[in-house]
Amino acid sequence: MLYREAGQFKSTYAADMAIFPIRQDRMALWLLLAVAFLGVPLLAHFRIWPLGSDYFLRAILIPFLILSLATVGLNILMGYCGQISLGSGAFMAIGAYSTYKFATGVHLPLAWFGTAISIDPLPVLPSILLGGVMSAVVGILFGIPSLRIKGLYLAVATLAAQFFFDWVFIRVKWFTNYTPSGSVAAPEITIFGYVFHTPIERYLLCLAFVAVFAVISKNLVRGNLGRQWMAIRDMDIAAELMGIRPLYAKLTAFAISSFIVGIAGALFAFVYLGAWEPLAFNIDRSFQLLFMVIIGGLGSILGSFLGAAFILILPILLDQGPHALGIPVTVETVSLMVLVVTGALICYLLVVEPLGFARLWSVAKEKLRLWPYPY
Amino acid sequence: MIRKLLVLAAVAAGTTAIAGPALAQNEQFIPLLVYRTGPYAPNGIPFADGVSDYLNLLNERDGGINGVKLTSEECETGYATDKGVECYERLKGNGPTGASYFSPLSTGITFALTEKAPGDKIPLLTLGYGRSESRDGTVFPWNFIAVGSYWTAADIAIQQIAKEMGGFDKLKGKKVSLVYHDSPYGKEPIPALEARAKKDGFEFKAIAVTHPGVEQKSQWLAIRQDRPDYVLLWGWGVMNSTAIKEAAAVGYPRDKMIGVWWSGAEPDVTPAGDQSIGYKALMLQHPPGKFKVHEDLEKYLVSKGKSIAKDDFAQVLYNRGLINSMLGTEAIRTAQTKFGNKPLTGEQIRWGFENLNLTADRIKELGFEGMLKPMKFTCQDHQGADQARIQQWDGKAWKTISEYFTADESILAPMVKEQAAKYAAEKKITPRDCSKES
Amino acid sequence: MILFGQVLEVLIGGLLSGVLYSLVALGFVLIFKASGVFNFAQGAMVLLAGLALVRSLDFLAARGIPVWAAVMLGLLFAAVIMAITAWLVERFVLGPLVNQDGLTLFMSTIGATFVLEGASQMIFGSDVYPLRLFPNDAWFLFESVFPGGILVNKLDVWGGLIAGALVAGLAVFFQRTKTGRALRAVADDHAAAQSVGIPISWIWFVVWLAAGLVALVAATVWGTKLGVQFSITFLALKALPVLIIGGFTSVPGAIVGGLIVGAGEKLAEVYLGPHIGGGIEYWFAYVLALAVLLVRPQGLFGERLIERI
Repeated sequence: MLYREAGQFKSTYAADMAIFPIRQDRMALWLLLAVAFLGVPLLAHFRIWPLGSDYFLRAILIPFLILSLATVGLNILMGYCGQISLGSGAFMAIGAYSTYKFATGVHLPLAWFGTAISIDPLPVLPSILLGGVMSAVVGILFGIPSLRIKGLYLAVATLAAQFFFDWVFIRVKWFTNYTPSGSVAAPEITIFGYVFHTPIERYLLCLAFVAVFAVISKNLVRGNLGRQWMAIRDMDIAAELMGIRPLYAKLTAFAISSFIVGIAGALFAFVYLGAWEPLAFNIDRSFQLLFMVIIGGLGSILGSFLGAAFILILPILLDQGPHALGIPVTVETVSLMVLVVTGALICYLLVVEPLGFARLWSVAKEKLRLWPYPY
Repeated sequence: MIRKLLVLAAVAAGTTAIAGPALAQNEQFIPLLVYRTGPYAPNGIPFADGVSDYLNLLNERDGGINGVKLTSEECETGYATDKGVECYERLKGNGPTGASYFSPLSTGITFALTEKAPGDKIPLLTLGYGRSESRDGTVFPWNFIAVGSYWTAADIAIQQIAKEMGGFDKLKGKKVSLVYHDSPYGKEPIPALEARAKKDGFEFKAIAVTHPGVEQKSQWLAIRQDRPDYVLLWGWGVMNSTAIKEAAAVGYPRDKMIGVWWSGAEPDVTPAGDQSIGYKALMLQHPPGKFKVHEDLEKYLVSKGKSIAKDDFAQVLYNRGLINSMLGTEAIRTAQTKFGNKPLTGEQIRWGFENLNLTADRIKELGFEGMLKPMKFTCQDHQGADQARIQQWDGKAWKTISEYFTADESILAPMVKEQAAKYAAEKKITPRDCSKES
Repeated sequence: MILFGQVLEVLIGGLLSGVLYSLVALGFVLIFKASGVFNFAQGAMVLLAGLALVRSLDFLAARGIPVWAAVMLGLLFAAVIMAITAWLVERFVLGPLVNQDGLTLFMSTIGATFVLEGASQMIFGSDVYPLRLFPNDAWFLFESVFPGGILVNKLDVWGGLIAGALVAGLAVFFQRTKTGRALRAVADDHAAAQSVGIPISWIWFVVWLAAGLVALVAATVWGTKLGVQFSITFLALKALPVLIIGGFTSVPGAIVGGLIVGAGEKLAEVYLGPHIGGGIEYWFAYVLALAVLLVRPQGLFGERLIERI
């Protein structure tokens, strides 16, 4: 009744091609953005439920936004270009450590040439972007094998990147500025002289990044490049015969995906953790992102957000559930229960809807259009 | 399908909507970050049991601390940094005055919380782990690396080797290898060992074992070929017992192996059976076994079925858990002398830590005589003690085989100072002036 | 001569520990060969089988049952547990997912991994349980030729023998029995196999049971080596490079892959590691696998993929 597009006429091709051709969708989006940009900070500022304490903002919303961003990045590679990657944790780590290096100053002695590359400490914003660029460069490098290796073989091969960079960041002291333990602490986040200190400020910073990259991604996948990726995904040989260069299409997907994932990694390290070690970006992180993509829905930007929310929040909810309800069980039982229930729910979701939440969402929209008079 | 999902969502929403239980006012909240599952669970469980039992003992026996009841809540971190941060955020605001102090029992989580604790004004009590340079209270006002750091551990291990060889001059030209968990935890002792190697003239080699340490064949084959005079072991969880088994397989004598105090508990040696006989480890001062405090624990908790410990009662890590809680609650008690017998904030408890003075009498009164030496924390010194002993596994129990060693501060103090200054410069911290603190 | 002896020792040690990885990789191959499912849960199955075995052994030993009988009963009990697991997985996860995309099936096995890890520790406990079925000490061979001899771990030799026997048995099973042939048909195409009357759910149950039994065998060896504990699930990650070198579909490939990975990573760790910092064997195995894939994208023994438009 409310969600019906009858009477909305398009008079230009541009209007017909809009990202959200239906007015209600546009309104919902603006509403969502208003809540995210204004509502949440206001609630948090005046400490109104559910933002009465920092917890919701700092421990749920911030990691949710950051991991959504990473999921969007991985979804470009997996959902749109069809290349399975189990190395996304490594690309987050590359983003995080490169950003750290740029933000604290790079000094790379090149003994063979008798010279050294020195860059003074950069402000945080360019550091993060450069961190993304470094991640993209490595992404291209590790994307090259995808021209020859396909499917699950490629997935396992990307684990090489995961384990290699786990090792690099723990072993090469240069990346950690020679701290004795190899754990690094992020410098203060200052952008244009403004220090991002309170949770609300940090939340808005993440939100801004996520919003910008979500818009860019959404537009990319609708454009020429996105169509090339999807052609490669659906059948790479056919795409090649149609004149799409697999080299270009696959490597751009790897580059852009790694760029976004790298930026998410930098945010995760700088904004969420504050101090980190390579273990924070280990294989479990890669699997977590993989789940977010699959459960959310391959090839859907919206699905990335839904998947991230589900995979991040479900264990936290389950973990707190028994305690909140006053059921006396030990922490051990609860955390094992969380594992079992999460695993079972994932299986269940895959069985009932292998295409993920994005598909459920579009089914729901279809039904809503007919409601309350389905035919 | 959609209906099912809605039901699920409703159930999920229902669980969150029930807000936390009503807060009683005269309670001091102590958050517990634990790991009872995952790869490090065999070591995490006894420690968590000890921590929790001591808090319960205070409540059962004394009704809390000076009438202020202690409440606590466990949160499972699984040794993962991001889970640890989530737990920290979840628990830091509980209770009428917020969290008293955090003890994450993980070097990685400690590093992350070191960045967050100053903003929230909550002390971190890291008993024998964490950043070694956080001993410097002027730069790390919120970290309390009580009883010992990895640098003191490394130094004392070398002193034991020197004693066994018959003097520091005998170390020259000898080989000492470190088999370490490839993480910040395992890497911490390396600078101290390198400094010692330079001073005493022995050859030092560090051999990394990848997390979680289930595969160490190549490391031990390399040791067999290299034949170091001593091997130091800096492992955690399954890595320790695997190392001992591999050492036995390559015929490396176990009595030439010295583990850090996190590699010297029962779960580290029992899986290797008889192969562990002779293996040595540092003690974080205290041995396993029953002391006077255990009598109270048995009387007030075990006999009433209120203890959560099972076989791990009075084991090494259980006892360390007791000490962890004892230090924390004594800090609260100290803080109460200044701020009154009421629930205190983290900031007030930090004052308690900095003025904590455990005299021999007080230790005896608490029932910890024989487990700890007297120690005193100050505004500058957040470690309180730098002594340790050595124990040896005889196949059934740990036997204390040495007197107390004191770490050589002439080597370590400048390192602490240098690294702390570096941290302060990087984070733009102005060190506190302790002479101005009351 | 000393150097030669040392290299030989590392090589032998590497080859043997590679075979131990193959034990885990075999389970992967079985399931992939028969159902096209990349079963990430194999590591968790090893944990489950090991826990079931060691806990029932402890239970029986505490009641004064003689050791040989306890081992028999324990193995039987663990086998029954694996059969139940196989049935549950088939019934609730894979059965409903017939004909789905490979990636979806892969993800569902990760979901199953979580369930198995959680449930097995909830039922049997999350401590470390020592298991002593095989000797864990070492022989020192050719002591007259090389100073100190060449160290060979007895457990590794046992593992090698068992893996060899398993491979021979499985090869016969796949090539000679009716069920084995049906398995290969199912792997080719689920729908086609169903349409010629192969009972796919029964076949899948059989193959998951077989993989479960392979996991049980792996658990006896690895449990003796490490003690049965959660960390045993990390073996899945060590088995993956073995798998891709050998090819997902080849049983002998799993063994050859294991030998290559084992020897390669141990030699690299001992002789290359000290120069670049050590701890390299984890990624070295994967880089080795990547290098093999670049030459043969389906692994050394994998079936060549023929792509049509």
